Amino acid sequence: MEWAVIFEPDNLALFGNGIVITLWLLFASLAVGGVLALMFALMLTGPWAALRWVVGAYTFVIRGTPLLIQVYLIYYGLGQLEWIQARWDAVWPWTYFKEPFFCALLAFSLNTAGYTAEMLAGAIRETSAGEIEAAHAYGMSRVQTMWRVVLPSALRRTLPAYSNEVVMMLHATSLASAVPNMLDVTSAASRIYATYYLPFEAYLAAAAIYLTASFCLIGFFRFSEGRLLAYLAPRKH
Amino acid sequence: MQSYFWVILHGSLLTVGVSLLALLVSVIFGLAGAAAKLSGKPLLVGLATLYSTIIRGIPDLVLMLLVFYGGTIGINTLLEKLGSEATVDIEPFMAGVLTIGFIYGAYMTETFRGAILSIPKGQMEAAWAFGMSRFQTFLRITLPQMVRYALPGFTNNWLVLIKATALVSLIGLQEMTYLAKQASAATRSPFIFFMFTGALFLIYTSVSLFVLKKVNARYSLGTKRGQL
Repeated sequence: MEWAVIFEPDNLALFGNGIVITLWLLFASLAVGGVLALMFALMLTGPWAALRWVVGAYTFVIRGTPLLIQVYLIYYGLGQLEWIQARWDAVWPWTYFKEPFFCALLAFSLNTAGYTAEMLAGAIRETSAGEIEAAHAYGMSRVQTMWRVVLPSALRRTLPAYSNEVVMMLHATSLASAVPNMLDVTSAASRIYATYYLPFEAYLAAAAIYLTASFCLIGFFRFSEGRLLAYLAPRKH
Repeated sequence: MQSYFWVILHGSLLTVGVSLLALLVSVIFGLAGAAAKLSGKPLLVGLATLYSTIIRGIPDLVLMLLVFYGGTIGINTLLEKLGSEATVDIEPFMAGVLTIGFIYGAYMTETFRGAILSIPKGQMEAAWAFGMSRFQTFLRITLPQMVRYALPGFTNNWLVLIKATALVSLIGLQEMTYLAKQASAATRSPFIFFMFTGALFLIYTSVSLFVLKKVNARYSLGTKRGQL
């Protein structure tokens, strides 16, 4: 084992760079995916059958296919369509499709949106009837009930399941290394492996980084669950 | 162009093979892990906890690269130190099956542990009282009953496992994702090939869900469900 190689300034910088990109990908895709998921969940539980059907089909496809295929489809696939090719040199949002970072981010966001939407929709459906009845009794409209009563409690109850999804997404960002010219933690390890032919050191270092990040995220969610779900805990007196 | 579709379709057999073998490995690891966690012996419990915590904290891809690239070098260094001239190459197929099996074994450990805990203890005690060995008790009493409790978790793990097989393409196994990438490079029309591969995965996962539903119905026979 030659751990000294990992701790050379250049290679530490490579991993440091990788950590920044990985965290960027994680939080940006969670933010974009979260907003999409909320919209999708409202559509899934809403009164319009057509919307329910469309979003249902979307989550079925997203959850039934590997993320790697989704990344390839966006990075390689969309670039093949003439309609996009004609635009991606000049016309505004389409110029982004030339950038690997954007393509990875888009794939991750759409993916996490699919999983989170189903989770949220489940929590919304399972809101206890009494809470909704009470809101109606107070004279709240449908929108007000949703905004003031159903969503706050559903979002909190999704927290334990969502913490799994966040850790899964952290791991999923390692697929960014399948896109050329990306430099996340996994690609950093691959570069060090390719340069020094030291697979154990390179990939174990990457594994340690992901493990630390996973534990931090789990710790953060434990803490938030303790605070936000305190009202659901069994009575102590 | 059409011949590529046949090649990818043929590659899907490899995907099925990798995922089924990996499932077998993961069930073995999962049962062993669950048995260790429930054994009450501190060393075994510690080892199993370490296994299920560490594995679930690291991306599949990183573990796979570690086993594929690191494993080959590790085995060869070991052989060299033992004075052997032979060199071993880990094949992508074996590396994929073993890593995916090993990883999902950690998830199965938790699923099986929960399922075994859901079976009333008296059932096992009765079996022992009848003079059944530990193994007989497991086979005749625990296993048939834990299927029903383990099935939801098992189904989730299986669906994720199937999708994880796509990663094996990154270490060079020529399964359908790999072939789709080759075909798109050759024909310059990636969209259609990745759509096709995605559709094959969808069929595979849907058929699995259907079969597992039947299994669930079979093992829930005679179970009374509460009426709300």
